[in-house]
Amino acid sequence: MAPLIRFTSKGIYCPQADVYIDPWKSVDKALITHAHADHARRGHKGYLCHHHSINILKYRLGNINVQGIEYEKTININGVTISFHPAGHVVGSAQIKLQNNKESWVISGDYKIENDNLSVPFQPVTCDYFITESTFGLPVFQWEDQRVVMDKINKWWSHNKEQKVPSLISAYSLGKAQRLIQNVDHSIGPVLCHPAIANTNEAIIASGIKMKESHPIGDNYNNTEALFICPPAAIDSLSKKLGKSSVAIASGWMALRGARRRRNVEHGFVLSDHADWAGLNQAIRDTGAQKVYVTHGYSDIFSKWLNEKGIPSQTVETAFEGEKMVETEEV
Amino acid sequence: MKQFSTLFQAIESTTSSNAKISAIVNYFEQAQDLDKLWCIAIFSHKRPKRSVTTTLLRTWAAELADIPQWLFEETYHIVGDLAETISKVTPANKNKESKTLSDWIQYIIDLKELAEEEKKEKILYAWSALNSDERFLFNKLITGGFRMGVAQKTIVKALSRLLGQEENVIAHKLMGNWTPQNISYQELLLTEDQKHNLSKPYPFYLAYALDSDLQNLGAPDDWFAEYKWDGIRGQIIKRDSHIYVWSRGEELVTHQYPEFDALIDIPDDFVIDGEVLVIKEEKIASFNALQKRIGRKAVSKKMRTEYPVKMMVYDLLELNNADIRDQQQQKRRLLLEKLFLGISSEMPLRLSPLVSFSTWEELHDIRNNIRKKDAEGLMLKRKTGPYKTGRKKGDWYKWKVDPMTIDAVMIYAQRGHGRRANLFTDFTFALKDGDRLVPFAKAYSGLTDIEFREVSQFVRKNTLEKFGPVSSVRPELVFEVAFEGIAESKRHKSGIALRFPRIKRWRKDKPVSEINTLDDIKKFLSSD
Repeated sequence: MAPLIRFTSKGIYCPQADVYIDPWKSVDKALITHAHADHARRGHKGYLCHHHSINILKYRLGNINVQGIEYEKTININGVTISFHPAGHVVGSAQIKLQNNKESWVISGDYKIENDNLSVPFQPVTCDYFITESTFGLPVFQWEDQRVVMDKINKWWSHNKEQKVPSLISAYSLGKAQRLIQNVDHSIGPVLCHPAIANTNEAIIASGIKMKESHPIGDNYNNTEALFICPPAAIDSLSKKLGKSSVAIASGWMALRGARRRRNVEHGFVLSDHADWAGLNQAIRDTGAQKVYVTHGYSDIFSKWLNEKGIPSQTVETAFEGEKMVETEEV
Repeated sequence: MKQFSTLFQAIESTTSSNAKISAIVNYFEQAQDLDKLWCIAIFSHKRPKRSVTTTLLRTWAAELADIPQWLFEETYHIVGDLAETISKVTPANKNKESKTLSDWIQYIIDLKELAEEEKKEKILYAWSALNSDERFLFNKLITGGFRMGVAQKTIVKALSRLLGQEENVIAHKLMGNWTPQNISYQELLLTEDQKHNLSKPYPFYLAYALDSDLQNLGAPDDWFAEYKWDGIRGQIIKRDSHIYVWSRGEELVTHQYPEFDALIDIPDDFVIDGEVLVIKEEKIASFNALQKRIGRKAVSKKMRTEYPVKMMVYDLLELNNADIRDQQQQKRRLLLEKLFLGISSEMPLRLSPLVSFSTWEELHDIRNNIRKKDAEGLMLKRKTGPYKTGRKKGDWYKWKVDPMTIDAVMIYAQRGHGRRANLFTDFTFALKDGDRLVPFAKAYSGLTDIEFREVSQFVRKNTLEKFGPVSSVRPELVFEVAFEGIAESKRHKSGIALRFPRIKRWRKDKPVSEINTLDDIKKFLSSD
């Protein structure tokens, strides 16, 4: 009996339903866990994603043939039951479950356990086989409570405001940026977003999701009370435009002193949309899976750890960008 | 520890040296004298002797974190910093302790005499009583290698601002082999008479590399030229029938070079600055020969006969108890030459000769033939300049000859530490020898951060085998490797040892088939 899921050169594949999950080469039918570029690529004939991801996908990929589905709803293709479940990573992110009469699989995409007050919180889904990421799969990664991190960010922002220098923070344009907008203290000052982020916000709001107020930067470069949010790639050019400013990066990699010093960042806030060490372990236990496939991240190490803990595991090569850690541009 | 931790966070979260200075001044205004003293000691890379081995720390940390040892080690390789790894894998603190910096240091010093089990108990207690940031600092105090992003200059400036004393006065006071155990804050900084410490050296004056045309220096007649020797910079102090030899790293190395004990017979007292070299029968040996003597605590008779050291002296800082650093270079030179009149050639001192020249063009020619003189370049010193403190522009320049270079292929890569943890930054290079590749040099500098990232990506995709932190890599990337000197070596597979190898540039244009051979590099041996 052929397994329900196979790992092919185009991506994770379910032969019985003839669908791929987050494929990296062009296919007919792609199920998309979330809208980040390494999971949702151009060139597929048909896309299926959580309905909150539709607008973002269209914004990022142009005019594609995409359909949406709600969490927990099931569809059936040739004897395979497919359902999407909250992954808590970014707005519209999902773990995708596929099940036939023999076995069940969950492809988690990227996920985090903590509630970010915007995306629907992660829910464990039981299955026989679980495919997990391992971006922060080392025991040094232990996140602080989001409120503690936001408190640090608020303090930094207020301090800059007193010193009359603008605050500039780099955050990924889908996910981290909205998480900041949603959780910082808006009584300190206005939140101004880089166009890439402002456009993403619009796509999210158009999906019927309520977000706290933020504005595009426009040519508003002199506002020393504002919190400027921009994607990592734009940080240098924007900081030049702002002149004297206080620059910070919000990323899980900021947990490492080496990464902070490499980027020569004055303020590194440890904030990630991925599960930390404890989170990954907890999530895997909760699936009750008999076998775990570990992908992008510290997959060798994490898989060996799981095996020693008595959870059979192996690594899987994918094109998801676990190695982006080097540039600290986590996705 | 809380105050010190706050200081550390303040320093870490700014790149402005002014803000760092303010943070240090702020700490000094609040801290007790002993804490201040230890803080200065740590900034000056002095730390208590290691009282616990890192092997034990690693074992206990893994145990406390409830993870297998291999996972701890893998994590450590990726984080690139032991103190940090321990502080982050161990659980959040349950207790609280109000001990200050110096209390904790005393706690660490006291471990020295304890049995292993007691040490363990004490370390585990400390880890449970400090928060993650403080734990990191505590671990750093044990393991050493504190890179706090604070240059010696910064601490000197902070103390100067705090105490209202001139910077070069402070810099001098901080020199030498004091430790918080043998001096008080008062004695170190607030007494003017520094003579109580006979061994105290002067801060070295460090030259800048010449970065513009010689013409810009003005008239050739305003300058001395000297050979730049490839040895170890040193300062020899003879005061009141005592001899002290200091390295530039402010290490007292008197016992490593017993040759200099003979200087006791010279009638004058002095402090001289020069380069320690292996000189045998008036011939300067390669740096490789000197390396046999570096860091050796016990020097055998055989060592002394085979690799005898002498100092090539080029400056005089103190003569018969008078500090003459403010006098002009030409005046100091005159006094130095006069001093040498009374020094016999039996003594292990040689006067570094002046290079005579009348035009800058002439000096160019001299430099191009400098290797024949066993020097690595020229030094230019303004005749009217004083002996300054630290690296200052204006009066001293070094003008090295261009390095030798060879094209080689990278075959091993290793992850860096600290700022470059997670990137592959340490590479081993090989040359062709028939159809074999023979490793001949390791280098870890010379690429930009962007290039390091690109190479790291290549390494990840082309790793053939892993040996702990080292990956053997498909031999494809070709680099131009530069080096300052070459000597035969029986210890190395290649039969050669290089001096200061580093990456000159990445030869993306060159295929592996075009790299140099072992025979090519050996040709440098005869010409060197």
